[in-house]
Order: sequence, then C-alpha cells, then structure tokens
Amino acid sequence: MTSSTRPHEPAGAATDLAPKPSPGDPDAADPAGSIDPAGLIDPAGLIDEEAVGFAPDSSSGRRLPEGHADARVAVAPDVFAPAGSDGRDGADGAAGLGADPTSAGGARRSAAGRAGGAAGQYASASGGTRAGRHPALALAVRSWRQLTSMRTALVLLFLLALAAVPGSLLPQRNINPMRVDQYLSKHQTLGPLLDKLSGFDVFAAPWFAAIYLLLFISLIGCLSSRIRWHARALFTAPPKAPARPGRLPGGSSWTSPLAPADATAAARAALRRRRFRASVAPAGTQRPDGSPDHSVAAEKGYLRETGNLVFHVALVGLLAAVGFGSWFGYQGTTLVVTGDSMANTIISYDQFSGGKLVDTAKLRPFSLTLNRFAAAYEPNGEPSDFRADVAYSPDLDAPTRQATIRVNHPLVLGNAKVYLIGHGYAPHFVLRDAKGRTVWQGNVPCTPRDGMFTSTCTVKIPDTGLAPLGVRKEPQQLAFSGVFTPTTHLDPTQGYVSTFPAARAPGLTITGFVGNLHLDEGVPQNVYTVDTQDMRQLTLNGPAGTARNAQVLALNNPRQRTLSGLPGGLSLEADSVAEFATFQVKSDPFKREALIFAVLIIAGLIASLRVHRRRLWVRASPAPEGGSVVEIGGLSRSHGDGFAVELGQLTTLVREATGPAGGREAAPRPEAAAPPPGEPAAPGGAAAPSTTESRGTAAGGAASNASEREH
Amino acid sequence: MAVNEGVASLSDHLFGSGMAVYAAAMLGYAAEFAFSRLGARRGAAELAAEVPAARAADRPAVLVGAGAPAEAGSGVEIDPDDPAAAALAAARAREIEAVRQRDTAAHTLVAGNDGDVEVPARARWIGRIAVLLTVVGWALHLGSVVTRGIAADRVPWGNMYEYSSMICLIAVTTFLALMTRQQVRWLGVFVMVPVVLYLGFAGTVLYVAPGPLVPALNSYWLKIHVVGAIVSSGVFLISAVTTVLFLVKERWENRLAEVAAGRADASRAMQSRGGIVMRLPSSAALDTLSYRVIAFAFPIWTFAIIAGAIWAEAAWGRYWGWDPKETWSFITWVCYAAYLHARATAGWRGRRAAAISLVAFTALFVDYYLVNLVITGLHSYAGV
Ligand code: HEM
Repeated sequence: MTSSTRPHEPAGAATDLAPKPSPGDPDAADPAGSIDPAGLIDPAGLIDEEAVGFAPDSSSGRRLPEGHADARVAVAPDVFAPAGSDGRDGADGAAGLGADPTSAGGARRSAAGRAGGAAGQYASASGGTRAGRHPALALAVRSWRQLTSMRTALVLLFLLALAAVPGSLLPQRNINPMRVDQYLSKHQTLGPLLDKLSGFDVFAAPWFAAIYLLLFISLIGCLSSRIRWHARALFTAPPKAPARPGRLPGGSSWTSPLAPADATAAARAALRRRRFRASVAPAGTQRPDGSPDHSVAAEKGYLRETGNLVFHVALVGLLAAVGFGSWFGYQGTTLVVTGDSMANTIISYDQFSGGKLVDTAKLRPFSLTLNRFAAAYEPNGEPSDFRADVAYSPDLDAPTRQATIRVNHPLVLGNAKVYLIGHGYAPHFVLRDAKGRTVWQGNVPCTPRDGMFTSTCTVKIPDTGLAPLGVRKEPQQLAFSGVFTPTTHLDPTQGYVSTFPAARAPGLTITGFVGNLHLDEGVPQNVYTVDTQDMRQLTLNGPAGTARNAQVLALNNPRQRTLSGLPGGLSLEADSVAEFATFQVKSDPFKREALIFAVLIIAGLIASLRVHRRRLWVRASPAPEGGSVVEIGGLSRSHGDGFAVELGQLTTLVREATGPAGGREAAPRPEAAAPPPGEPAAPGGAAAPSTTESRGTAAGGAASNASEREH
Repeated sequence: MAVNEGVASLSDHLFGSGMAVYAAAMLGYAAEFAFSRLGARRGAAELAAEVPAARAADRPAVLVGAGAPAEAGSGVEIDPDDPAAAALAAARAREIEAVRQRDTAAHTLVAGNDGDVEVPARARWIGRIAVLLTVVGWALHLGSVVTRGIAADRVPWGNMYEYSSMICLIAVTTFLALMTRQQVRWLGVFVMVPVVLYLGFAGTVLYVAPGPLVPALNSYWLKIHVVGAIVSSGVFLISAVTTVLFLVKERWENRLAEVAAGRADASRAMQSRGGIVMRLPSSAALDTLSYRVIAFAFPIWTFAIIAGAIWAEAAWGRYWGWDPKETWSFITWVCYAAYLHARATAGWRGRRAAAISLVAFTALFVDYYLVNLVITGLHSYAGV
C-alpha cells in the first residue's frame, strides 16, 4: 500500500492527537485518494499506520488481495456527503470511526474521508507550533515515531525470535558449561569466534538485550499514546451519527409514528438495554442544513482495546518482573547427607550464584536438617517417588518444624524455595589405627553415574596421623577411589555392576593411594577427583584377598567391608551407607509479580481477541406525513459476520421500540446515487418514506461468511 | 500402576481403526471436492455487479469515471457533430467493452468465492458420508486415547506418541467444531490428509507401549500445561492448512487479475474451470478463517507456556531457563504474535502475514519434534 505521507504535514500531530481508531484503514488510504475529489482522504498521511504508530484493527477483515482492494472503493456508492463539504462530519471523524476493513468500500471510503478531515484539522492546529522545529529535534521525533510504530515492533519481534535460535542450537553456559568447553575444544577456530559473539551466552548477550530492550521501549512509547487515546474514548461520547446511517452496509430505515425526538429517545433506551453506550445528540444540535439533529450514537466493545492495552502493559510488567527477579534473586546448590544440616549462608553452598543486587551477607537465615531420604522405584528401576523429610527452622530464632520435600513440591521459606534436585549414596568410612582407635570417619558422597546409581566415590583423608616421609617431608595422605554399586551384581564381562538403584546389596570396588594430595596448597581442587601424580598406589588386603590393587567391599557384611594393609597398620572400614539429597535453594523475590503479569497477559489477550468493538447509529428525521423516518446503521471494526447478525437483532429491537412500521412498499433506492455534494443530506432519503429497507450485509466479510454458513 | 495389557491393546486397535476410518473420510471429501463443479448459479452480470471494476487502477482511467463496468459506455460522451471524436469514442467504447468482458469472465472464473461451487447431489452425499465417517473416526480415536489412559492409569499424554495422537484428535475436533458453524466441508480433504499422515507417523515411528510417567512429569501443572500445548497445537495445525490454501488461492486470484487486466492469458485450468484452486473459497475468506483459528489458539498457547513456566518453577525452581524446549516455545509464541501484528499492519497483511504464520507453525514443529529428537540429542544437558 502506498500511502501518501506528505512531508510538509506534521503527521506527528496526528500521532499524538488523533484518536486511535481514526487512523483508519490503511487499505482505504491510497485507492480512495485517487477518486476523492477533495483530496481529503488522507491529507496528513494520517491513514498510513506508520505515521500513527499502529494500524487499525483488522482482525477478521475480509480483504481482497492487494490489487482488489480498490475495487470496492471504486464501486461503492457515496454514502456520506463528501467529507470536505460537511464540516461537522469531518469533525466527527476526529472522534473517529476507524473504517472497518471488513466493510464494504463506501463506508470505508467515507470514514477514511472523515478521518482525513479530522486529521486535516489537527494537522493545521498543531502544525504551526511544530513547523519550525530544529532539524535535530525533528530527526529525534521521527526516529521515535519510527521506533514506536507497529511495523518496527513487527520487525523486532522477528529479530527476537531469530536471535533466540542460536541459543537453542549452541550449548549455553548458563545451562551446561561443560558442553560449552567440549564444543570449544572440538571447534578450534569457530568456537572462539562464536564465543566472542556471545554465542554461548545468547540470552545474556548484548545484542539479544538490545533487541528486547528496543522492543520494549518501542512498546512503552506506543502504549503511552494508546492509553491516552483510549482513556479519552472511554470518557467521551461515541462519535456522532453520519448523515445517512441507513446507507451503511447492513443499514436500514423505516417510518415510525413517533416524533424524531421521541424516536431517538426510544432507540437510545433500546440500545442501552443491550448495554451499548448510547448518547443522543443534545437538543439544539443542528445538521449542516440547519435542521435539528436527532440522532443516537452508540458503541460497545471498549473492552477489546482495554484488553489489548492490558496485554501490552502486562508484557512490559512481566519483563520488569523478570529483570528485577534476576537482579535480586540468587540460587545455591548444596548436598546434604542424611542426618546433616545446612544453613542459608553462602559458605554452605557448593555452588552459589546471586543477582547483581543481592546482599550475600543478608540471606534469609534459615537452616534445615535432612532426617530421612527415601526413594521408591518401579520394578524395572525407574524412579517413582523421592522424598526428603527435613526438620527446618524458617528463621534465625524460629522454632523447628517438620516438612517433606519432594520433586515438584519444594519447601517454601519466604522468597526462597528449597527444591529437591538430586540424590545419591554416601558410604560411611572409618579409618582406624593399628590399635583400633578411630583416626577419621565420615560419609563420603559419591557421584551417581547411571540410572542404577552406580556411583563414583573419591575419599581423601589428609590427616592420617602418619609421619611425613623423607627429607622433603612429603605428607603421607590417603586417597581412595572406588565405584559404589547399590545393588551389587557380578557380571561375568563387566565385573561388579549395579542392577537396581536401591541399596539392597551395597558394594564398593575400591583402590587406594598414599602420598601428597596437595590439599593445603591453596589450589582449588575438585573433591570428586584425585590427582595421583605424587601418590603411590597401595596394595590392599581385604575380602578379595591379600595384596591386591583393588578390593570389593560388601557394606552389609561386617566381615567383608574392611581394608587392611594400609601404611602404618591403618585400616579402613566402609560400615554403612547413607543417602544424600541435593537441594537447590532459589530465591526470586519478584516471582509473584511475574505470575500476576502473566495472568493479566492471558486475560488481556482473551479480551482483545474475543471482544469486538462495534458502533451503531440511529438517525430520525421528520417524515413528510408526520412521524419520522428512522435510519439505523453500524460498523464493526473486527467482527464482520457476527456483527451482521447482531445488527439484525438490534434493528428489530429499535424498530419495535420506535413503534409499528408503516405498511407502505419500499421504494428501491438507486444504488450508486450519492447526494450531490452541495445538497443537504436528507436522512432517510425524503424521497423514500419506506418501510424497512436494508442494504446488503453489514460487512463485506459478512457476505462471504454468511453465505458460507449452511442454512 | 501396572499397565493393563488388554486395555492397552484395545487402545492400539482403536487407534488403527480410527485412522482407517479417517482415511476413508479423506477419500470421501476428496471425491466430493473432485465432483463439484463451478456453477453458474448466478449470472455473469450479477457477478460483475458484485465484484465489479476489479483493479480499477489497472485499467484505463475512463473506466474509473464510468463507475461499474456494466455502465462502461456511459462514461463516454459522443459529440454527434465530430465524426473523428465519434470514431474515437466508439473505439474507446469497444476497448472498454473488451475489458469489461474480460473482467466478467475473470470473475466468473473466480466465482469459487462465495459458495458458487455447485456440488452435484451425489457428490454432496459422498461429502455427508465423509462427515459421518469423520465423526466415527473421531469417536474411535477418542476411545483410543481414553483407553490408553486407562491402560497406563494416568493421563494419556506422557510421551510423543500420545502427544501426536492428541494433537490430531484436537485438529479433527476443531474441524468438526468449525463445521457446525460454517460451511467448511471443502476443508475436509485438506485436514484429513495431514491428520492421517501424522497419525501414521505417530503409530509407527513414535509408538511406545503405555507405561508410567517419570516423577518429574508427574505433576498437576504438567497435565494442564500439556493439555494447553496440545490443544493449541491441534488448532494451529488447522490454521497452517488454511494458510497454505490461502497462499495458493491468493496466487490464483492475482493471476486472475492479470487475466482480467489483459496482461496474461487464462491457463487451461482456468478455461476449463476444472482446477482445484477455483473451488476453494476466496482468499479473503481463507485469510479470515486462518486468522480466527489462530486468534483462538494463541491465548491457549500463551496459557500453555505460562503453565509450563509454573511447572518448571515447581519442578526446577526457575520459571524460565531458556532450555531448547522453552526457547522454541517462545519463538513460536513470538512468531504468532508477529502474525497478529502483521495482519494489522499495512503492507504486511495478506501474503506476508500468511508466511509468518507458516514460519510460526514451523517453529511449533521444531519445538515438538526436532527439539526432542535432534537438538537435545546433539546438545542436550541431561536427558530432559
Ligand atoms: C512497539 C511495540 C508494539 C506495538 C506498537 C503494538 C501494537 C499492537 C496493536 C495496535 C495491536 C492490536 C492489533 C489488532 O487490533 O489486531 C497489538 C496486538 C497484539 N500485540 Fe502488540 N504491539 C507491540 C508490541 C508487542 C509485543 C512485544 C508483543 C509480544 C511479543 C505483542 C503482542 C501482541 C499480540 C499477541 C497481539 C494480539 C492481540 C490482538 O490482536 O488484539 N505486541 N499490538
């Protein structure tokens, strides 16, 4: 569509002032222009949605393919007097009837004309003040207008979708840093390049942020004016009736015994009963020809725009809630062996990450103790339920309470939630000296490797009580690494494996080392691996025999769970196994707000997609034989066929309200005859004191859809 | 919790027979479609009056002044005293008349529009039987889903086979529901073809025996979330069908306009008036239908995403984490939002909006299948 945006016209005036609907139908813009004698269709380029920031509602529009669009305009009869000739009608346009793209051309054209007239007024009203604007300012204003246009929103939405794609194809640091490292080592050239472009942190990338921030700035910009327009529409009467409402598609007219003033009052009451906002033109209002104006303007469906605004505002709100949530939120992961406790301090987490504005010294001081962990499994080993029974104190001096944490059922502590995210086994080891005294003991959590909970165990014992060796005083520290199998089974080919995830026959295949663990040298170490560089492998005595590199311990059997033959006569017993649970503590103080906005998003969407805005006009004019000629007509911007049906019902209602119709035959009205421009538009067509006479259907779309319906 | 084998195999049989009945319905729709003719129920003149002066801009300016082409001649004033002018005027009138005739012919061709398709009584019966078969197939399909749930003793949407079956069920439901409101039987064949193919794919490649859910999936919100996703996807499937039909019809109409404008010749299909495309409703009607269907599904999809976020929050402690599934749901959502915007934006409505709707549907497809089968397989973190 090539809308004529005239450079000298400050379309911005329209952006600010024109009510939303009046920007009208973009379709109407150009073709109509070519046949509009007064050239008033689009004087300010107003009808171009770009100038306005967004397009009219076209939701269910029946549109013809591009080239067809003009056809309807060309054929449509002139419904209203040309906009330019009727000053007041033009002004009406300011209150704006967004021409319905679904309606037939005549109405569209006229409405566009009316809107155009309005635009002309506004343009001249504000043009003076802005004409001499500084060029830089003008540029800024133009850029702002560009940014807040719906076309920009459309492009940005697309970009956003596109930008999210690499985030799903490339491994992401925030999801799985290990995979990122793997990727980097596999792709020596491409990897670093992608890394530079934030390919592994797409959702934290500056370019990603740029897109959504622009989008939201754009959204906020356009929302502010849309809200103003809508508020104004809510507090002003519906736009006044056109000269000939009966000539709108689907409109009709009849004669009523009531005087015009009574007829409009009755019509208004009838429309009110159908919950239309309806107002009668105040007494004393005159038509352009000086005759009194008896008309009702009614409108319904404001909820559509309200819903739409709620939706878009809530979208902004949601983004804010997400943003604040990430600044003020934190998360930490910690592993707790049955019987142990954790407290909500940064040191008790194995992993912690906090938002930029989190004060880690002031985390909510709760604590919890894992009393029992229980897992249930299907016979095939598939897990069916996990539960962690905990005792917790929600605050520093709060009394202790009991709770059960399960998957999907976190423990809620204010803004923080404690989730059960994993579990595993922690065998209990006791290191004894030659005299049987306990040197060290503890539970060592093992890392599960598969669904049957075959787990990798690493035991590091720095304080063995053994004297350092040699001139360099190398410490004699102990390390064991092993594989824990909860239900141990000897597989002829694979050795000891686990055949079930529950600890039915816990076993531990283990090897040992002695030497320097380098634990005290300030270099961070992974607790789950041993650096055996400065260690010597031990030969062990145990259930599998003497002087073996590896032993297999059966934790349930007191005679088969001790290793001996360690340096200095030490022995190591694995005497039981405890379960551990991994908890993740998450705090997102803006979660509730996010949820509220999400709900508003849905509510707004439903209102904006389900409610249809429609306008209805009734005009009564004195009939030559007494009584009045009543005309009714209406437009819906989005609801073609549904509105046709509704209009039919309303017409019946208003007809009944305005008294019995006369029984005279309707005189066929010449279809394409427009009142000559100069001639006062005589409502109802004084020529035709008709009974109900209908014109077509309410909307072009209605024609097709109504006939689609099977009768 | 044990799986009831008898009911499970009943479910499989119902699935198979439902699919077979759908296939029969598909043939019925196809037959009705093929046997229907473009009728000249309305006269050419009437048609011309209804959609006259198409593309006025394409034609000599005089036509515009002349108003409806039926009165084309009246736009020319003949001065009886000037033979040259008279000849010129006559030539012009002939030219106009030729244009008018082409125009009328073109519009008679496009008459598929407003139900001007004439369906012979026999074909009509075939169509009705196809509807009946669709209902029967639908009932069998529904039975298959329900028995599947009974067999596994849980909601019947826990794996990809079950999702796919449900999506098809929803698509057929949508089609049946549409039929109660509008005359959309012509859509039958275009809906049943993808449904049958899709069910075939689900029943073979994706099939798994019924079993219990893993604990992470066993959540209240998950059920709600998945239902929302399935319902909206089933409805989106219909919108994809109507969008493709829109694009096809739109191209056709443009070609017709070319013919009407004298810039192209009518193809053989146009002349014989036997083409499939001609029998489709007008592109405008298809566009409206696609919009309605998407406008219906979009809030449900939005709800599904939010329900998913609530579930993720309950399960993993974060409501949004940009994992591939979430990312693609988001992409799908943004694309459908873009469609809604495009449709309201001058210059984007029509064909471009339709293209966006198809992009959105592709994203939906990626979300359902590629994310599960390919992306996670390659780049997955744990087996989510
Ligand atoms: C500058 C930014 C934006 C502007 C100017 C804008 C404007 C509009 C307008 C005028 C409508 C009504 C269209 C109609 O009546 O058919 C609309 C609808 C809609 N917008 Fe936006 N929007 C913007 C940003 C967004 C964003 C970021 C999203 C979400 C991703 C979004 C999602 C939607 C949806 C889903 C609808 C459909 C609801 C309906 O049609 O009533 N919008 N938008």
